[in-house]
Amino acid sequence: MFDLDRWQEIYHVLRKNKMRTFLTAFGVFWGIFMLVIMLGSGNGLQNGVTQNFGDMATNSIFVWAQQTSVPYKGFSRGRSFNFENRDADAIRAGIPEIKYLAPRTNVGGFNGSSTAMRGLKSGEFAIFGDYPDYNLIDPVNITQGRFINDLDIKEKRKVVVIGKRICEILFEPKENPMNQYIKINGMYFKVVGICTSKRTGEQASQENQRIFMPFTTLQRTFNYGNAVGFFAVTAKEDAPMTAMEDKVISLLKKQHSIAPSDENAIGHFNLKKEFDKMTGLFFGIRLLVWIVGTGTLLAGVIGVSNIMLVVVKERTKEIGIQRALGASPWIIISEIITESVVLTTFAGYFGLAAGVGLLELINWLLTKSGANTEMFVHPGVNFNVAVTALVILVISGALAGFIPARRAVSVKPIDALRYE
Amino acid sequence: MITLQKIHKSYVTGQNSLHVLKGIDLEIKAGEMISVMGASGSGKSTLLNILGILDNYDSGEYSLDGIPIRKLSERKAAAMRNKLLGFVFQSFNLISFKNAMENVALPLYYQKVSRKKRNIIAMGYLERLGLKDWAHHLPNELSGGQKQRVAIARALITNPKVILADEPTGALDSVTSLEMMDLLQEINRTGITMLIVTHEHDIAERTQKTIRITDGMITEIINN
Repeated sequence: MFDLDRWQEIYHVLRKNKMRTFLTAFGVFWGIFMLVIMLGSGNGLQNGVTQNFGDMATNSIFVWAQQTSVPYKGFSRGRSFNFENRDADAIRAGIPEIKYLAPRTNVGGFNGSSTAMRGLKSGEFAIFGDYPDYNLIDPVNITQGRFINDLDIKEKRKVVVIGKRICEILFEPKENPMNQYIKINGMYFKVVGICTSKRTGEQASQENQRIFMPFTTLQRTFNYGNAVGFFAVTAKEDAPMTAMEDKVISLLKKQHSIAPSDENAIGHFNLKKEFDKMTGLFFGIRLLVWIVGTGTLLAGVIGVSNIMLVVVKERTKEIGIQRALGASPWIIISEIITESVVLTTFAGYFGLAAGVGLLELINWLLTKSGANTEMFVHPGVNFNVAVTALVILVISGALAGFIPARRAVSVKPIDALRYE
Repeated sequence: MITLQKIHKSYVTGQNSLHVLKGIDLEIKAGEMISVMGASGSGKSTLLNILGILDNYDSGEYSLDGIPIRKLSERKAAAMRNKLLGFVFQSFNLISFKNAMENVALPLYYQKVSRKKRNIIAMGYLERLGLKDWAHHLPNELSGGQKQRVAIARALITNPKVILADEPTGALDSVTSLEMMDLLQEINRTGITMLIVTHEHDIAERTQKTIRITDGMITEIINN
């Protein structure tokens, strides 16, 4: 197998027609190159979109109050209402499939802000009133200290968890914000934790400028009474999401005397549904990539097989001599197959290396330029896929060599010897 | 060494069938040196190919060194050719990208002899044939006589029982042809059975027996 004579032979045959060897190898090179690039890009897209979801529990729904659109129980249509603290208790009591329930209220509209000050420094930030559970549904990274806890809620403590960017704005670079006080709406709050976003791009920079305080504290500080901004609900692992969503909504409708037929009164968002759509989409993309990629690869391999047929034909006489001298069919076959495998493997390896190299380059450029890469993060193929592709290449190289090899030994030695 | 009984062979191309060998009976004893003569198309090359297990025959019996040669698998045939037979061709049939030494060593490669060992053996044979200085030359750097010597060295390297030569002097000038015959006779004296197909009388005269083939049949056996 590793006798020098065999390699000498392979080297000689491949060198004899460099252009042909190159073009053949290029077919395989291109096949695997495209496969790697497409798979890598698909992964990049998927990583990007998945990271947009942050580390959110994907079996979550979100519900918020809008305006009614159907008159009911003496109320006219177009009525505004708020969710209230009692709704949280009702949901908890009425729907056993719920794993986490977190009411949240934020100050001044959805993306609104409030001024926070410390000494002479100040900034406008979004303020969120949260329950501890919220950090299990749509989490942030706690880099220092802690998130809101149950005692904070119960005692309505004046504590806050602040985003990374806020530290940079309100504090000196070397200062540790932990246990310092910041002034919001004329009141002093103690910093008990610092957090960073788990998302990327624009969403991350927004999240890094948030202040989180206990839900109950926020209600009192900003005079919100019992009002709740929205509910985030996570189902237990095996509970059917859509059914739970319907249950939550109809329960809330009952709580607030809203017509069961009113589709507009309660806004809702089912993350699971969106996530499933995405998953389906990426499955489709990946399937397409594999079909196209393996097709291209197959074309390359057929090219190799073709060229091996030509090589075998050209070498008919030489093979005849070898057989006259006592080369068994197996030696001839394995020689040709080795040749084909060497050619495919080399070309394939370079294609793989070039593909991975290009993906790394793109990755590096994306990171370096700091471009807004929300939709495209860490393109790359995993190691197993690369190894699988290489194994497929070796096998297909062997198959590509097998047909010509069979042809080489199917003729009588004398006919091969006489061939001109 | 070689026994042929009623060997028949025809070539079929489409509708036509060409009866080339029409019942050949032949016995060649070990150590004999025999020439086969005949006009082109008489079947002498076909006979040689059958003897060399390069081609099959339709009916009759052929035994080589006591072994019946009939419907052998190609693997077995290759092994027999490798161990028992040596070939010398008119057109030398050297492999162009291997040097003289590697060409000579090739049959040992199929016996899985290590490269180092078979190259040493090959050098020994080349030295015997006076080609030591040409061992690392490629075939196209050698003269016709030198090429044929390399081919003979290659035929000898496996220590065969029979050497089959198909017009070994056909591509050589007369002086070189005579040298080649001296060499073949010398080899024959070491006990190797030799069968030479030729159409030159002075070559045939230097063998012990000449077999004349006409139209697929042995018509004459001359003791020289």
